[in-house]
Amino acid sequence: MKRRLSFRKAAVQAFGFFGLRAATGLVLAVLVLILFDIGSKGAGTITWEFLSQPPRRGMTEGGIFPAIYGTLLVTLITAVLAVPLGMGAAVYLNEYARKNRLTRLIRLSIRNLSGVPSIVYGLFGVILFVNIFKFGTSVLSAGLTLGLLTLPWTITASEEALKQVPNAYREGALALGATKWQSIRTNVLPYALPGMLTGTVLGLARAAGETAPIMFTGAAFSLPILPQSVKDQFMALPYHLYIMATQHHDIGKVRPLAYGTALVLIALVLGMNLGAVILRYRLRRRQRRF
Amino acid sequence: MNKRKLRNLKETAVRAVFFLNGIVAVLILVGIFILLLFSAVPAFREVNLKEFLFGKLWDPTSPLKPSYGILSQVFSSFLVTIAALVLAVPVGLAVAAYLSDVAPWRVREIVKPVVEILAGIPSVVIGFLGIVVLGPALGEWTGQSHGLNALNGAVLLAIMSLPTIVSISEDALSAVPQAYSEGSLALGGSRWQTLLRVKFPAALSGIIAAVMLGMGRAIGETMTLLMATGNARSFPEGLFDSVRTLTSNIAIELGEVPYFTTHYYALFAVGLVLFILTFLVNLGADLVLRKYQEREQ
Repeated sequence: MKRRLSFRKAAVQAFGFFGLRAATGLVLAVLVLILFDIGSKGAGTITWEFLSQPPRRGMTEGGIFPAIYGTLLVTLITAVLAVPLGMGAAVYLNEYARKNRLTRLIRLSIRNLSGVPSIVYGLFGVILFVNIFKFGTSVLSAGLTLGLLTLPWTITASEEALKQVPNAYREGALALGATKWQSIRTNVLPYALPGMLTGTVLGLARAAGETAPIMFTGAAFSLPILPQSVKDQFMALPYHLYIMATQHHDIGKVRPLAYGTALVLIALVLGMNLGAVILRYRLRRRQRRF
Repeated sequence: MNKRKLRNLKETAVRAVFFLNGIVAVLILVGIFILLLFSAVPAFREVNLKEFLFGKLWDPTSPLKPSYGILSQVFSSFLVTIAALVLAVPVGLAVAAYLSDVAPWRVREIVKPVVEILAGIPSVVIGFLGIVVLGPALGEWTGQSHGLNALNGAVLLAIMSLPTIVSISEDALSAVPQAYSEGSLALGGSRWQTLLRVKFPAALSGIIAAVMLGMGRAIGETMTLLMATGNARSFPEGLFDSVRTLTSNIAIELGEVPYFTTHYYALFAVGLVLFILTFLVNLGADLVLRKYQEREQ
């Protein structure tokens, strides 16, 4: 049914909706501008040499291979901590926890943890991993710090995936005499796992782009060799970009390299995001067929 | 019988493991607070708490008399955050309203994930753009050489907090019962009037929560502000002054300070203040959000 508005009302509405569209356009334009600026100015720097060589001559030449390697390594350690813990906590909350005060406290803690500033995680990592556990400033300390930071996201994402599994699956197993754990293991986890992984990859992508938590727990200015063990310091893409943008003695000269680093970092983080989203889309379509 | 016992034992063990895993989040949150507290306390053997909270001068390396006042940093953090919200809230709400009320389904399905991409851009990249793009542009406008000031940081923070504000207020607007808007439309209200006078008020608590969560993120943001605001220690007089926030101050000094000195402990005290501030803001947002979800049910 088409309703007729008075001219005045229609004009005000048209004006108002135009404002909403303009605001949305503005936000999209900002995003495009960001990606275009980094993409256009960074693309010229990307060569095989840039991706495969260490920095040379005080970082004014050469590439960023150690930073790429370091970021992948630290993200791997992050995953080793955050993925099992996140999934386990989600299983507890969705499968075992009763509706009581403790459960509410756990959920409140998770929501608050996701709001703790990243630099505070950095301070916590310095005390706990660097000093108390004596891991020193190392890729291990930095990875564990990032793992804690990622945990609330992986828990939330994993729980979402568990919620998607229909209750009938659980009940079917229980009706056949399976124990609770058997039902979870055989009838819940296999169906939730892909969704859990998707959410986890999104969390890890955010962790890979973080700088503040690794600045004082293990990231190094510049290193002549790759880390040989988890107790060594490492170079990381976000920290390398920070150094190139603010701390370098010849900032003008290294600007193209900084743009290149920014492009690689964005490509890595958004690539992980895109991968996760495509995965989720495919899984959703497959699940609809059941 | 024995087999059954074993099975029960296994069930209990599995349950216990998951339970321990479940309370990890609580342990971490409490752990952060306790460890920060214990690392901050030694600072107050030499620093007066009142001076720390209300002193304007932060100069720990002064050879004459080191001073540890964080007031200008607290003020700077709030200045940048509030300026960012002034920019981000109207735009964010407009985008949320567009997505929930105006956009066709197809456009919505595309725009929503695209706005999420903004949340995925690392803060160090946004800070970098503050130095190379936005800063120089602002500098040209204000006549400063580099434009690294509070306004630069505020604009960047606004961009970064948009996805949070958009997604949570969009949820809140979409959760307003259909009957509300149908009632308004049946009485002859236009869709614009319905949005403005019915849906926004009905979704208000969700929107407030969205703004508070955006605020929490903005106060805690480090790299963007560290890179884009110039980091001057003096008390800022306006948005065109260079500022040093609580977060930047920790990031600048923790790398250079000798371990286990008063200065070192004082930085943890700054961290504790930051933790408590963001905790309160997030807790507030949480309370508002819960209350409104309970009412919905």
